[in-house]
Amino acid sequence: MSKLIIPEIQESHMQTKGMLTPMGRGSFLKYLGASAALTALVLTGCKDDDDDMTIQGVNLGSGDTGILNYAYALEQLEAAFYSQVISSKYSGMSSAEQEILTEIRDHELVHRDFFKAALGSNAIGSLQVDFSSIDFTSRTAVLGAAKVFEDLGVSAYNGAGKLLQSADYLLIAGKIVSVEARHAAAIRDLLNPNSADFAGDDIVTASNGLDAAKAPSDVLTAAKTYIKNTINASNLPQS
Amino acid sequence: MNLFKIIKDIEKVDAEVYDRLDSRRGMFKSVGKWGGRIAAASVPFMLGGMLKKAYGQTSNNNAIIEVLNYALTLEYLENEFYAMGLAASGLIPADRKAIFQQIGKHEAAHVTFLKTAIQSLQGTPAPKPTFDFTANGTYSDVFSNYQTFLALSQAFEDTGVRAYKGQAGNLISNNDVLTAALQIHSVEARHAAMVRRLRAQKGWINGKDSGGTVDAIYTGEDNTTQGDVNLTTLGYSAAAISQAFDEPLTKEQVLPVASTFIKS
Repeated sequence: MSKLIIPEIQESHMQTKGMLTPMGRGSFLKYLGASAALTALVLTGCKDDDDDMTIQGVNLGSGDTGILNYAYALEQLEAAFYSQVISSKYSGMSSAEQEILTEIRDHELVHRDFFKAALGSNAIGSLQVDFSSIDFTSRTAVLGAAKVFEDLGVSAYNGAGKLLQSADYLLIAGKIVSVEARHAAAIRDLLNPNSADFAGDDIVTASNGLDAAKAPSDVLTAAKTYIKNTINASNLPQS
Repeated sequence: MNLFKIIKDIEKVDAEVYDRLDSRRGMFKSVGKWGGRIAAASVPFMLGGMLKKAYGQTSNNNAIIEVLNYALTLEYLENEFYAMGLAASGLIPADRKAIFQQIGKHEAAHVTFLKTAIQSLQGTPAPKPTFDFTANGTYSDVFSNYQTFLALSQAFEDTGVRAYKGQAGNLISNNDVLTAALQIHSVEARHAAMVRRLRAQKGWINGKDSGGTVDAIYTGEDNTTQGDVNLTTLGYSAAAISQAFDEPLTKEQVLPVASTFIKS
């Protein structure tokens, strides 16, 4: 699979129209020749059997826009995951489970499209996901992955709140994170019904009752397996 | 410019000036020791910075302490509610005890955490009120009827989620407190979802449906516009949109509801 690693991008907007529209190798190289914004571009891992050169590196940008793009990237990931869960159901999915997973999918689609609309021309493009490590025919595998995504989402929003400057965006992030936490609890309850796992000691610190909070770099490292695009988060606020 | 004269002058109107400067006291000693070695020009900047930090933080801390004491009061309520529920014989079915022990454990930890946080900001934790979980008889069977207990549990957890959310903006100046509040907030949401599942729901709030609990707690939950985006124009149902976003409650909205469960 081809990856573009773009270590130095002087302009924070990868949203330049030409960069977002998938293009063939020829026009891409033309673009590259014309672009002064890219100071370094490394192509790695282009396997012979994969000539797809359209996967773009994604720069989240800086400031609040960068954090919103970060959230948008995670919501894209969740939305794509649950869409696949519903389009290729695991064997033995009960009607109750299907209802829950369908509603969660819809919530993630709403979150995704909200960020896209709110970011407008500042939005990153559509990410290409890679769920090849998930066996969508297996209930345990699907719910296990759902648990990972939901817990990761909660920890990502909890860790990103302090990075936002705008109280309005902070509030919206707060409106979403508690829904992600509701998802996490429901998924955990499907996996281990009526146990303490919905807010288990593995995710909520027993001594202080605090949920996880993770920095964007840690979250993106965990999410990397599932995203083909290389995500550049180097311009995100650090504190 | 005489640094020590300025501090003395402040001392006349604020006897605690040295305490406010607190950890910076060592620095003052150093200033005294170094004497003239400090460039005269840097003194006003240094002093201005120290005072701004000391006084700016004090007034800011008071606002943050107020938020934390408000949160503490809600955590006291939840903590005592679960302690009493777990102690009531025959109330919680044996195969559901692990759930409420976990919730109760978190609420107790939140009480301790908030008290410590308040003290670390030189504040005084609010005292625990005396609660009346029957709300003057409205829920007279709260500790003998499991369904009533569950209904109030859902009400308290969803209130907690909305109340913390409503305070996030007031904590934006203090990264550590804001993050901790968010970390408590999502735990309350996990609790709320689990309790809703015990009530044969999926885990999220649908519109402003109170599920037979307290309507005032769900005011505004049917909102379908976020920021400037009217999400119904994106083709989603109002139900899905309302479920996808939990709305905040102000302190002014929460306190009248909470006070029905507070005797004194």
